[in-house]
Amino acid sequence: MPERRGRPMDKQAGRKLLGPCAIIFAAAKTGSWRLERPETDAGRCVRCGICARYCPVGTITVHKEGAAPVEIDWRYCKGCGICVNECPKKCMELVPERGEG
Amino acid sequence: MPVKMLDGNGAAVEAVRLVRPGVIAAYPITPQSSIAEHLADEVAGGRIKAEYIRVESEHSAMSVCLGAQLTGVRAVTATSSVGLALMHEVCGMTSGCRLPMVMHVVNRSLAAPWSLWCDHSDTMAERDSGWLQFYAGTVQDVLDLYLAGIRISEHPDVLTPSMICQDGFFLSHSMQKVDVPEDSAAFGFVGQYRRQNMYLDPEDPIFVNDLTPTDDYGEMRYQQMVGFRNAAAVAEEVFAEFQRRFGRRLETVRPYMLEDAEVAVVTMGSMSGTARYVVDQLRAQGIRAGALQIVMYRPFPAGAVARVLGQIPVIGVVDRSAGLGAVCPPTCTEVAAALRGKANEIRSFIGGLAGRDISNHSFERIFADLLAIRAGKRDTHCQWFDLRANPMDIRVLSGEEDAECIK
Repeated sequence: MPERRGRPMDKQAGRKLLGPCAIIFAAAKTGSWRLERPETDAGRCVRCGICARYCPVGTITVHKEGAAPVEIDWRYCKGCGICVNECPKKCMELVPERGEG
Repeated sequence: MPVKMLDGNGAAVEAVRLVRPGVIAAYPITPQSSIAEHLADEVAGGRIKAEYIRVESEHSAMSVCLGAQLTGVRAVTATSSVGLALMHEVCGMTSGCRLPMVMHVVNRSLAAPWSLWCDHSDTMAERDSGWLQFYAGTVQDVLDLYLAGIRISEHPDVLTPSMICQDGFFLSHSMQKVDVPEDSAAFGFVGQYRRQNMYLDPEDPIFVNDLTPTDDYGEMRYQQMVGFRNAAAVAEEVFAEFQRRFGRRLETVRPYMLEDAEVAVVTMGSMSGTARYVVDQLRAQGIRAGALQIVMYRPFPAGAVARVLGQIPVIGVVDRSAGLGAVCPPTCTEVAAALRGKANEIRSFIGGLAGRDISNHSFERIFADLLAIRAGKRDTHCQWFDLRANPMDIRVLSGEEDAECIK
């Protein structure tokens, strides 16, 4: 999906809003919630695309060519691990982030 | 101005047509059903140019309307009774998101006991949902209050939704002569819908009703309170403009013969005309009786109530809902609060539940109680004024039921 230019609600800059809505979008970057990240063994990956289909937030792109078959948008990947569970070749695994492991 | 014969639901549909909604989603429920049906007819016939979205429940109807109105159109639904109860969750979303939606509610009892008939228990259960509430006394009121409600709700200082309440069957299904404004006159009054405050625009997206921290919640409720506070003054302005344009007087409260009254009743909805009829009869006998009809229940017009009732010695407040467990039921609670610190004798009356007729005899009995209190008697007040003689004994097993079936 093409990136929208500018910041959210920039057309409403300066207006006062009543009631509940988000005006700071830091928390919308769900990648900040991640404790573990999925990593792919590129040698065993057959580029079937099942991980991308199951990703609940659509962060995975599977490339048919190139050295890295699985590209993940780390801004939004929450590290839920569904891709790891669904991979038919068991070539993905969750590795700890944030220094706990 | 063209005059039509309409029942309350017909007037509700005419009112919706006049404000040119963009989206309609209504789930049929007795006695509102003919609103949902006739709105569909109007859309199918091209007389209302709106999307009619079929839904599987009132919860969905309000959800659809909430989303639709966030995109910048008037969204319309209508309901009754348990349908309103099912909407309850989303009603709070609509008011909390400051969407100025205006909804017809056809008053019907809540279950159990299951009932199809009129009382105010459904909308009284929503009195703290953050919606303005107006109660029609006539079919004409249904149309007029809807048009006025649009203006009040959509006022930038209010931004709060409204319920336009009409008594099930007593109004929804009784034909009365109604002045229906010309399309252009009505639309000239309500105007084109302008999206205000927050709205959904794919070109400029925002996240509405995200998880709101403790830091902000109280402030947002306070914002709603300010909307309600402003609504009282805005209602007066809108009612005055309505009268200039259409010639009919709308009021937040309708006082009748109160200036020198010694006893008065307070009413809401279709019973109010009956109360005024009985006042006329008592006046003909030289009894200084009066009546006050509450039209706007939220925000409660406490100032106006105190002004017109303040000097009246004995006041009876008739509630068409039971207010179980409360010191007194909802309307009486508000009237008593509006008159706090004054010397009025205030009595609560409960009746007309599930469509039981509140007749002239009902008010004669209530006024007789009030006059006895005025004369100094203190033990005659009968709060549940229209009950049968044996309320605790209406289902008594005889032991012969099986025999009856077998015979």
